[in-house]
Amino acid sequence: MSIVLPGEQVPAQHVNLKLGPGLLQLSSETQQQAKSAPVIATRSGVLNHSANKSKWWVEGNSRRYVPAPQESVIGVITGRSGEGWRVDIGSAHPASLDGLAFEGATKRNKPSLKVGSLLYARVSLAHKDMEPELECFDAQTHKADGFGELKDGFVLQCSLQMSRLLLDPKHFLLPLLGSRFPLEAAVGMNGKVWVSTKETKHTITVVRCIEAVDPDGGGMDETNVKKFLSKLDI
Amino acid sequence: MRPPSPSIPEKKFLYDALKQSLRLDGRDMLDFRTPTFTFGPELGWVECAMGKTRVIAQLDAKMVKPLPERPFEGIITIHSEISPMASPDYEPGRPSEEEVTLTRMLDKVLRRSDTIDKESLCILAGQRVWQLRLTVHVLTDAGNILDCSCLAGIVAFKHFRKPEVEVIGDEVIVHSPSERAPISLAIHHTPFCVTFAFFPDALTRPVVDPSLLEQRLSAGLMSIAMNAQREICVLHKAGGVPTAPEEVLRLINVTSILVKDLDKRVEARLLEDWEGRTVEVR
Repeated sequence: MSIVLPGEQVPAQHVNLKLGPGLLQLSSETQQQAKSAPVIATRSGVLNHSANKSKWWVEGNSRRYVPAPQESVIGVITGRSGEGWRVDIGSAHPASLDGLAFEGATKRNKPSLKVGSLLYARVSLAHKDMEPELECFDAQTHKADGFGELKDGFVLQCSLQMSRLLLDPKHFLLPLLGSRFPLEAAVGMNGKVWVSTKETKHTITVVRCIEAVDPDGGGMDETNVKKFLSKLDI
Repeated sequence: MRPPSPSIPEKKFLYDALKQSLRLDGRDMLDFRTPTFTFGPELGWVECAMGKTRVIAQLDAKMVKPLPERPFEGIITIHSEISPMASPDYEPGRPSEEEVTLTRMLDKVLRRSDTIDKESLCILAGQRVWQLRLTVHVLTDAGNILDCSCLAGIVAFKHFRKPEVEVIGDEVIVHSPSERAPISLAIHHTPFCVTFAFFPDALTRPVVDPSLLEQRLSAGLMSIAMNAQREICVLHKAGGVPTAPEEVLRLINVTSILVKDLDKRVEARLLEDWEGRTVEVR
C-alpha cells in the first residue's frame, strides 16, 4: 500500500466508486462525466482500497479531529448559546447542541446540564466551514442509546487512530482490562475516551494502559501490556 | 485566550486521586519526570524533554559595542515565546499569563542570578563585547514548561563554546573553531528550577513537576530555583495559597535533594556528549 500526502492524485477508478475518509473528488465544470474528475487525498497516510477497488480511503494518524457526520464524539460543555449549548469537541469550531436534542425532551422537561459537563453525542451536521451540530440520540430510533451526559469517571485524550482501535471489537485492550476489574468506557471518535471504574487506581491503570498502547506513545502490544499490568498493584 | 477549564469529571477525579496520593501518570507526589537531553550538531543547541513536555534552547554569540554605562560587561538577552505549536490554547501575538511568568522567571533565574560572569564576555573594553542571545522555543506543553525551559537554558549555557578571540593592541582577531578550540563560558553556578503545585483541599500535599491537568486545576504554584550548593536563586510563589513556613522549608529541602540529582544527571550527559565530539589530532 502506498503512502500519500495531501494534494496527491489517487488512481481511484470504478463504476460505483465510494470515497472514504481522506479522499475528495474535485468537481470540474468542463468535464461532465464523473469518471474523469480527479480524486485527490486530503490527509496524509496509507492509501487503502477494498478488494474490488470500489471503496478507497486513507488511513492516517493524527490528534486533531475533523468532524464528520454520524460519528460519536465526547464533548465538554463550554457555555450556553440561546436555547442550546456550546460544546467543545476538539475540532476547529465549537459545536452546537440544541437543548431539545435529547430523548424525551420537551420545553418543560429538559436535561440538567452545567458548564463543564461531559457528553456523549453524535455529530449530525458537519461541513468544513460551518460549526458542527450535535445530537444526543440515535438517528433512526430517536432513543438515547448511550448518548447523553457522562457522570463521574475520567476522560483522557488519545490519538485518533487509538480511538478507532478501541472501537474495534477485535482489539485486545478493553476486554483484557475488563477481565481484571469491572470497567465502563465510552470512546469518542475525536480522540477522547471516558472510563469509569469503582476504584481510583483502576481508572489510573486504564489511563496508563491506553496511553501506552497508543501508536503515538509507543504502541505496546498485548504481551507487554500483560507484563505492565502485573507490575502495577491492582 | 484562557485555556478551557477541564470538565467536571476530570476535576473531581483528579482531586479524589490526589487525596489518596495517586497521580495520573503513576508517579509519586514528589517525583520529578526524568529529563532527557538531545544535543544538536552546533554547540549551544539543546532539546530538553521531560515526559511529553519538550523545549528547545539555542544560544548564539556575536560581537557588539557594549552599553555606555557598562563598558566592561557583556550582554545577555533571553528571548522566549510560546507559539500555538506548544498547545492549541496559546494564541500568537498575545502573551498569556503563563508566557509572562515564563519570561520573567527565565530572566531572573538565568540572567539576574549572575550565572554567567559578564566581565569574562568583554573583549576590548568600551568597544567590543560578546552578546549572548538565548532563544527558547516551547515545542509541546504537557505541564511545567517553566522547569523544562530553565533546564534547557542552563544546559545550553553549559554546552555552548565561544570562539577564541585574540586582542593585539586595538586589533581583535576572531579564530574560527577549526584553528583554535572554542572556549566554554565562565559559569558561576548552575541553578535548576523545581515547581510545586498546591491544591484547594488543605489535606492534599503539594505535588512536584505538575502535569498539564494538575497545573490547570492547581490553586497555586511555587517555583524554587536552587543550585547544587543549596543556594536559593529565586523563590516564586503565585496563586496566594496560604502556606505555613515549616511547609515552605520542607519543600526547600525536597528541592535541594532533587537539584543534586539533576545536577549529576546534567553533568553526566554533557560529558557523554562532549566525548562524542572530541576529535584527537595526532
